[in-house]
Amino acid sequence: MTTTELTKKDMLIESLNELDFSNEPQFAQDLRTNAKTALENLEFPTSKTEYWKYTRIGKIINKTYGIQHEVSDANIDISNYLIPELDANIVVLVNGFYRTDLSNIETKNGLKISSLKEAINSTDGFVKDHLGAIAKSEKEIFIALNTLCFTDGVYIDLDKNAIIEKPIHIINITNSNNLISNTRTIVKAHDNSAVKIIESFVNTQGEESFANNVSEFFLNPNSNVEYNKIQNKAGESYQVSTEQAYQRKDSNFTINTITLQGTLVRNNLNIEVHGEGCETNLNGIYLGKEKNHTDNHTIVDHLKPNCNSNEVYKGILDDNSVGVFNGKVFVRQDAQKTNAFQQNNNILLTDEAVINSKPELEIYADDVKCSHGSTIGQLDEEAIFYLQARGVSKRSAINMMITAFVKDALDNVSIPALKDYIDTKIDSRFGN
Amino acid sequence: MLSIKNLQASIEDKEILKGINLEIKAGEVHAIMGPNGSGKSTLSAVLAGREEYEVTGGEVSFNGEDLLELNPEDRAREGVFLAFQYPIEIPGVSNINFLKTAINETRAYHGKDSISAKDFLALVKEKSALVELDAKLASRSVNEGFSGGEKKRNEIFQMAMLEPKLAILDETDSGLDIDALRIVANGVNTLKSKDNATVVITHYQRLLDYIVPDFVHVLYNGRIVKTGGKELALELEEKGYDWIKEEVDAVS
Repeated sequence: MTTTELTKKDMLIESLNELDFSNEPQFAQDLRTNAKTALENLEFPTSKTEYWKYTRIGKIINKTYGIQHEVSDANIDISNYLIPELDANIVVLVNGFYRTDLSNIETKNGLKISSLKEAINSTDGFVKDHLGAIAKSEKEIFIALNTLCFTDGVYIDLDKNAIIEKPIHIINITNSNNLISNTRTIVKAHDNSAVKIIESFVNTQGEESFANNVSEFFLNPNSNVEYNKIQNKAGESYQVSTEQAYQRKDSNFTINTITLQGTLVRNNLNIEVHGEGCETNLNGIYLGKEKNHTDNHTIVDHLKPNCNSNEVYKGILDDNSVGVFNGKVFVRQDAQKTNAFQQNNNILLTDEAVINSKPELEIYADDVKCSHGSTIGQLDEEAIFYLQARGVSKRSAINMMITAFVKDALDNVSIPALKDYIDTKIDSRFGN
Repeated sequence: MLSIKNLQASIEDKEILKGINLEIKAGEVHAIMGPNGSGKSTLSAVLAGREEYEVTGGEVSFNGEDLLELNPEDRAREGVFLAFQYPIEIPGVSNINFLKTAINETRAYHGKDSISAKDFLALVKEKSALVELDAKLASRSVNEGFSGGEKKRNEIFQMAMLEPKLAILDETDSGLDIDALRIVANGVNTLKSKDNATVVITHYQRLLDYIVPDFVHVLYNGRIVKTGGKELALELEEKGYDWIKEEVDAVS
């Protein structure tokens, strides 16, 4: 017997049907239709889904959300989200829409920054061929959901040999209550190009919201992409963020994930290393407080020889917060001479804080250097007393030790102003 | 400067200090000696403000302040310095940066402006030379990878930087070879003035050849059972502690 009761998934899809994509070119419409089919076959993960074992998403899906249908021209003061002392190209997304009026981009040879929607409609050859090429709807329900209904996003297009000195700062804002927003970003790095991107996820007044973001990075030979993700949403906020990267030979991809706060944050990083001589750096810091739940899942798939991957994630969990780290490295049979290093260290500040840490290696090649490790501990009380006994306040002492603890996870943040900004954020949490 | 009256303290309900009385004036050097387990380190820990120790009775006044009411950092800012018997290694925390914070927080506590970068560097240079601490060590992570002697020299270096009114050296001589001992003692002696005081806690007389005390106290079973001049230390060195134990045990 079949029931007519709608599932959470049906209800969610139903509400998203209000979005109208009928004026998009055929390839985009096909992609969305395909996503819808994929969604029908996928279910939201439960505790039995290994990939989601430690993260319950009930909080996210047992809610009714509104959506914003079109770009708004409501003024928003973005000055609060700018990074002090940073000269950057500013791109602003609000509730899933690209805001040309709030963005500030310097024209530069070899660099194109535009709304993804615009790139789709102008039938940019690259976007047409690559949208959804690595973030595949069939693979994961949240990718399918995003593909079905992303409203807009950013397209960053680097020509051959384009070295972009000025970082690109994407400010991805939600400012409406009970809002679901889906943004999609594509970064194309042509041969020998280089770019540094920061994306801040923020809300204006602690609005309750769910953001489902997907980014696809395509790195051509000898390109260099650094993506810094700053997650800083106050109040009840949920985010599932997926980054897919495809690396060709001699490319260098770095992603730094800094989770300052968020009720439920899940990061899915999937890096496919398809060429020799590549370097991949995945670093992260997560600072849990109250009942925050932060889940970092990473996969680095080494398919070719002579590549390095480094991964350092550091967690500081306070109050009743929960952290999850699952880092997986595949070294395929062809990927000889791979160096893969993975490390996850955690400090629990209270007896109630929890970390589930699972570093994993799957190695099919025989001439590789791989290591992984995980630690869980507390701040050293003796050390705190030692610093106090010299006249340092307890708060400063704790802050010094936390700053020292997370330090090497910030080694690959190459933008000094951003590093200072992160330090300041850590300071204001734990310091004076 | 420091006045300890009938101080009693315990850890995990075990009474360690059973009524300590001690008066220390500016310009004086006091040595506290005693057999293992007599309460020497407990006394220094209680004075520095370690939370594990519970003060169950008595009082400690430091320049008129009720020392026991202050948290550890404020005791330090008031001018109490404890050189640790086992200095802690703190990976990732720079020795110099933390001292700068310590100095500036202490200055702020006294309503003074922060030290300038230039003055601070000059101070580091001067004080590290005093204890022959390599400038490279001074700027490394706190005590990380330091040898035993380097750790003790770093303690005295920190003391020199902070210029305390009362320095308590807790078994600073333990594990030091004769050269390191001489350097450490030289540092302490150079810092000595008519305005500050030093308490040397030690097991052995050896250190007292270098840092000559005005008073020697013998701590036994949680009490100061004997006080004398520097010759008392020599007597203890020669005869050990048994005769004191016998004397005390005979009376009680």
